[in-house]
Amino acid sequence: MKIPYFPGCTLKTTAQNFEMSAIESAKKIGIEFIELPRWNCCGVVASLTSDDLMRHLAPVRNFIRVQEMNKQGLVKNENRLLTLCSMCYNTLSLSNLRMKNEADDLQKINDFMHREEENYDGNIEVVHFLSILEEMGFDKLAQKITKPLKDLKVASYYGCMLLRPKEVGIDDAEAPAILENFVKSLKAETVDWDAGSRCCGSYHTVNNVDIVYNLVKGIILDARKNGAEAIITSCPLCAFNLDVRQSEIKKDNPDFQTIPIFYFTQLMGIALGLDKKAVGLEFNKIDTEDILKKKKLI
Amino acid sequence: MAQIIKLKDKDTDFLEKIMELSGEQITLCEQCGTCSAGCPFVSEMDINPSQIMRLVMLGQESVMDSKTMWICASCFTCTVRCPRKLDLSKVSEALRQVTLRGAIDEIDIKEISDEEALKLPTIAVVGSFRKFTG
Repeated sequence: MKIPYFPGCTLKTTAQNFEMSAIESAKKIGIEFIELPRWNCCGVVASLTSDDLMRHLAPVRNFIRVQEMNKQGLVKNENRLLTLCSMCYNTLSLSNLRMKNEADDLQKINDFMHREEENYDGNIEVVHFLSILEEMGFDKLAQKITKPLKDLKVASYYGCMLLRPKEVGIDDAEAPAILENFVKSLKAETVDWDAGSRCCGSYHTVNNVDIVYNLVKGIILDARKNGAEAIITSCPLCAFNLDVRQSEIKKDNPDFQTIPIFYFTQLMGIALGLDKKAVGLEFNKIDTEDILKKKKLI
Repeated sequence: MAQIIKLKDKDTDFLEKIMELSGEQITLCEQCGTCSAGCPFVSEMDINPSQIMRLVMLGQESVMDSKTMWICASCFTCTVRCPRKLDLSKVSEALRQVTLRGAIDEIDIKEISDEEALKLPTIAVVGSFRKFTG
């Protein structure tokens, strides 16, 4: 299956391990990501004011690229746009929802972008890779696992952007299970914990890092308390806060017990038989290899 | 901690401006406090989210002096829990925009050290600038 793929800025910079592990894992299960030609940044955070249409231009421009890919034959009748980054998923989805619901806004945006060769027709569906896996069937994924992640206790960290607001959430906003089902398909153990959808502090990491330290500490302590040996995420900003900021907490508090942070696709890759280089473990800040060696997975 | 808030005369224009920008019918808020109870940032705020709603409802432009709207990170936790289906993330955005549209930024880019700038992921920087600059 070939599917149009929107990487977003961060997967090309600080989250290269996310992109490489996702692409390689997807190949193993017969999914080929076709990167959008001439994609542009989605804007990262959705515009939440009623009158600000300008910030929806960036998402819509990417949707037009998907339409063009179909015409150029890069994909066949594929109106889905696949994302990996949770923030891209959320921002693109919220803009798309507005375009589908508000015909006048769509018209205005299309008029404004008159130099595009075609209008956005409102028919693109933004999907997250996890939803594609769920649709394919986690049981099918389980059958393809060559290296079961036996005894590895994995806490699923959803963060905010995969679940909220409800209109674009990939699962129930208060009691999600999609990541846990994913973890089970890799034959790892799920962890029942409280902090799985608690905000990590997001962009406050730029100019108010103490907020992030406090939230990250709470999340890591909760994971530890409930026996987690690893945390998975699909958000490069959550990953930065949980991984890099956690390592800074450790530096200031030598007694602090760290937990390795993985992109969900990194564990997926390991379970599908990819080596540690192919899933980019060297890019993770907190050591990830100890626990994997202990479980005889690398 | 209890605090005394002195009310001024109701500024209906302010209330209407925030309702228009946010698209939310703020007067529907029944002050149940669910938003404040679940907010992961509430301990960092000077006025909690339900109090912000009440003050806006009463047309108190003094909420603009609060740092609450700048602490709100649009995590949408309150949004999915509000029994009146109000989107407080949109209300915070509207309050931020009132300041930002007056060309007053909340972040000074020069204050980010080179070391941090090199380390930060793109989405953190772009997200921050979109929320904190006009």
